[in-house]
Amino acid sequence: MFRLDGKVALVTGASGGIGREIVRALHAQGATVVLSGTRQAVLEEVAASIGAEGGADRLHVCPADLSDATAADALVAAAEEKAGAPLAILVNNAGLTRDTLAIRMKDEDWSRVLDVDLAAPFRLCRAALKGMLRRRAGRIINIASVVGVTGNAGQANYAAAKAGMIGMGKSLAQEAGSRGVTVNTLAPGFIQTAMTDVLPEAQKEKLVGSIPLGRMGQPGDIAPAVVYLASDEAGWVTGATLHVNGGMAMV
Amino acid sequence: MSEIADKVKKIVVEHLGVDESKVTPDASFIDDLGADSLDTVELVMAFEEAFSVEIPEDAAEKITTVKDAIDYIEKQKAA
Repeated sequence: MFRLDGKVALVTGASGGIGREIVRALHAQGATVVLSGTRQAVLEEVAASIGAEGGADRLHVCPADLSDATAADALVAAAEEKAGAPLAILVNNAGLTRDTLAIRMKDEDWSRVLDVDLAAPFRLCRAALKGMLRRRAGRIINIASVVGVTGNAGQANYAAAKAGMIGMGKSLAQEAGSRGVTVNTLAPGFIQTAMTDVLPEAQKEKLVGSIPLGRMGQPGDIAPAVVYLASDEAGWVTGATLHVNGGMAMV
Repeated sequence: MSEIADKVKKIVVEHLGVDESKVTPDASFIDDLGADSLDTVELVMAFEEAFSVEIPEDAAEKITTVKDAIDYIEKQKAA
């Protein structure tokens, strides 16, 4: 079950903590994976480390700065060229935060997060859908966040982008359903990555206290859920938001 | 038949997977050729690409038959 042999997947934010585990998991299921991100050297490193265990020819690196609209528009085609086959799976995982309380939040904190975390995924979905609809096949998985549903003090911009992603995904799922293309959202809870390492220790303790499963998540807790949503077996799941958060928010 | 009409017909045949003989000028994409709303949007985008024209949303809505498409593109090209 859940094999992805012969399928091309594009993963954005592939150098990040969650992204690299998603790449590893999709690749392990047989997919050809194109890694995107802003830092080419780190992407090469991730690809080399995963490829060292075998299947290095199924890993490709395709850097892009998603804050640049043109780059986002061009990424799907560039990834397909690198992989030499049309895209079957798009994982919008790239994202950034600019946390601060709303009264201190600058317009540029707001727009940068909305641009990279919401507008860029839309552009990638748009570009990917054109081919997927024609081929009558495709899987889009957008990585949102639990805070898109619950909100979080200091993250008005990030929570808005992630909530937007959920609404966007549901709309796209309705548009693409008749062609067998599914669009789903995965909402991780608090995962131990560089993004959450910056949180104050006291806040982290409080967070863990609110998680029934009693620990922060690891990137490896998220990747298998992506594999499932990308698989043929998930063919009747669309417009869904899969929460993987240790029970922190049961929504 | 004009070159534009020929090309439009070819795109419709290719995109909707219908028999060429069915693609008459009066054929409606939805009623006669089995297109759904997504097909019509994809068709308009295919026309835009093939003829390097821009078809705004309100004009696209009025293109419901093969002839509508040919007329619109011919007018744009003549302008």
